Amino acid sequence: MTTVRLPPVLRQAAGGAREVEVEGATTVAEALDALYDQHPTLRAQIQADDGGLHRFVNVYLNDEDVRLLGWLDTEVSEGDTLMILPAMAGGAIAALAA
Amino acid sequence: MELAPELAEQIVAHAREAFPNECCGMIAGEGGRAVRVHPATNAEGSPFMYVMDPKEQLEIMDGIDEAGHDLLAIYHSHTRSAAYPSRTDVELAFFPNTLYVIVSIADDDNPDIRAFHIDRTKEPEEAITEEPVEIGDATA
Repeated sequence: MTTVRLPPVLRQAAGGAREVEVEGATTVAEALDALYDQHPTLRAQIQADDGGLHRFVNVYLNDEDVRLLGWLDTEVSEGDTLMILPAMAGGAIAALAA
Repeated sequence: MELAPELAEQIVAHAREAFPNECCGMIAGEGGRAVRVHPATNAEGSPFMYVMDPKEQLEIMDGIDEAGHDLLAIYHSHTRSAAYPSRTDVELAFFPNTLYVIVSIADDDNPDIRAFHIDRTKEPEEAITEEPVEIGDATA
């Protein structure tokens, strides 16, 4: 079982849950899919159009940024904790490079 | 929000140090009073955009929590424009319960610090609400 911790800004889409438990995930991608199965509204908030993660969403595996690990293929083990956190970002120009 | 002069100076100093790039960080508070400035790395390293280093973001948020403080504000600099949220700032304001502080050093002799509540789910003209910044006496 993997625990997915959600920040306040995403809890409404998860029926108010601070944490969601997902079963049987072996990678970050599988854990996120299991999360979307339980709370479909979350998918629209954190998934990018290409099926990856929204550029401005950070995912941490036991406090490590998964972009610096194996990204969505990062292996998760029993008892791991994933944390989803929107990025703190912005800027003085309106156009964002893809 | 209340911002002691030395904390305001720290934010301006960070903006000048990062120039020509935008700087970013967080301001810890108690109630509506700022108690500590936490500078962070702009992972984007850009004059036009900031994305806080994700690892630092988590560490600072945890640190603020452990210190018993609130995440009062997220700050960043505008190096060539006014201290007012851009369209990008609104689109990427994912923390509706936290103030967004912008320091403009477009006029380097007169840096300007302003704070805003941003609700990205509202219409553009209603998304931004300014919160007065009182730069008072730290010892008061």
